[in-house]
Amino acid sequence: MAHADLISPITLSDPQPFTIAGREFRSRLMVGTGKYASNAQMIEAIEASGAEVVTVAVRRVDLDRSRDEAILHHLDPDQYFLLANTAGCFNATDAIRYARLARAAGFNEWVKLEVIGDQQTLLPDTAGLLEATKTLVEEGFKVLAYTNEDLITALRLEDAGAVAVMPLASPIGSGLGMLNPYAIRTIKQRLSVPVIVDAGVGTASDACIVMEQGVDGILMNTGIAAAKEPVRMAMAMRAAVESGRNAYLAGRMPKREVAVPSSPTAGMLGS
Amino acid sequence: MVIAATPDELALIVNGAERRIPAGWTLADLLASLALDARTVVIERNGIILRDRASFAKLELAADDSIEIVHFVGGG
Repeated sequence: MAHADLISPITLSDPQPFTIAGREFRSRLMVGTGKYASNAQMIEAIEASGAEVVTVAVRRVDLDRSRDEAILHHLDPDQYFLLANTAGCFNATDAIRYARLARAAGFNEWVKLEVIGDQQTLLPDTAGLLEATKTLVEEGFKVLAYTNEDLITALRLEDAGAVAVMPLASPIGSGLGMLNPYAIRTIKQRLSVPVIVDAGVGTASDACIVMEQGVDGILMNTGIAAAKEPVRMAMAMRAAVESGRNAYLAGRMPKREVAVPSSPTAGMLGS
Repeated sequence: MVIAATPDELALIVNGAERRIPAGWTLADLLASLALDARTVVIERNGIILRDRASFAKLELAADDSIEIVHFVGGG
């Protein structure tokens, strides 16, 4: 295989670093820390994903110690950027309370804001989300708002001071992939703040297609954690996000509904 | 069933469940009894977040206090 070493791969850097609220991150893939079979598997998967931003949830300490759930025993806060979420909150008041508790942990003032409106679909309550965004921005939080793929809500969240808007690809934990590429593209085209697709990515091709829309990044959890081999899926997702980003930057060829030959039509034998 | 606390102890709510502690205990005493490191948890007392961890050793708990002790867990 010595000859293979002679060919060094060409790598082109991304002309636009991935920046949120003035902070540059090394990976456009952000990952959750829930639903892993073990903490060891979670750590290995996160390492394989190359992610820098990892989300965590705020919950009561289990005072009986029946579960080993304290994530900071496993995750080095110097190595990863901890992004607390307000998952499980069904109104603005609760989401604000959870965000404040998360900030009091002392790592940063960032929050992935979720205000859920419906138990079955976990779709966002956009009115509550907007209300909580305004309050938290006033309190100095950097709000990354989990929302649906509605352009008007996305614009309102940006106006309210969200540092990133996070439209869903499809419902949380569904693995259905991106259901509305048009809406995602429209949001990306119209917003100035980063657009990070959150939720619904089920496999690597989903992640690649999301990034091909030109969005700034992806946040996923179940797509990796619920794979049969989460560590391998994390590797696949990392490559897919990079691949989709590069395909977007490269600019795809136009689609045609007729064939166009790739080889010369001139010089055929017998002509 | 609620049993009245004796003069030497008081009842309060910790993470939604009633607990009895010796009268005069501080928040730091409570955390120590639960084997919790104050640096890894966030405490809310009667709806107010206690940001100053250095104050825990001086903060005496009162009857009927509602204490929430939270931390970061895995989530997406």
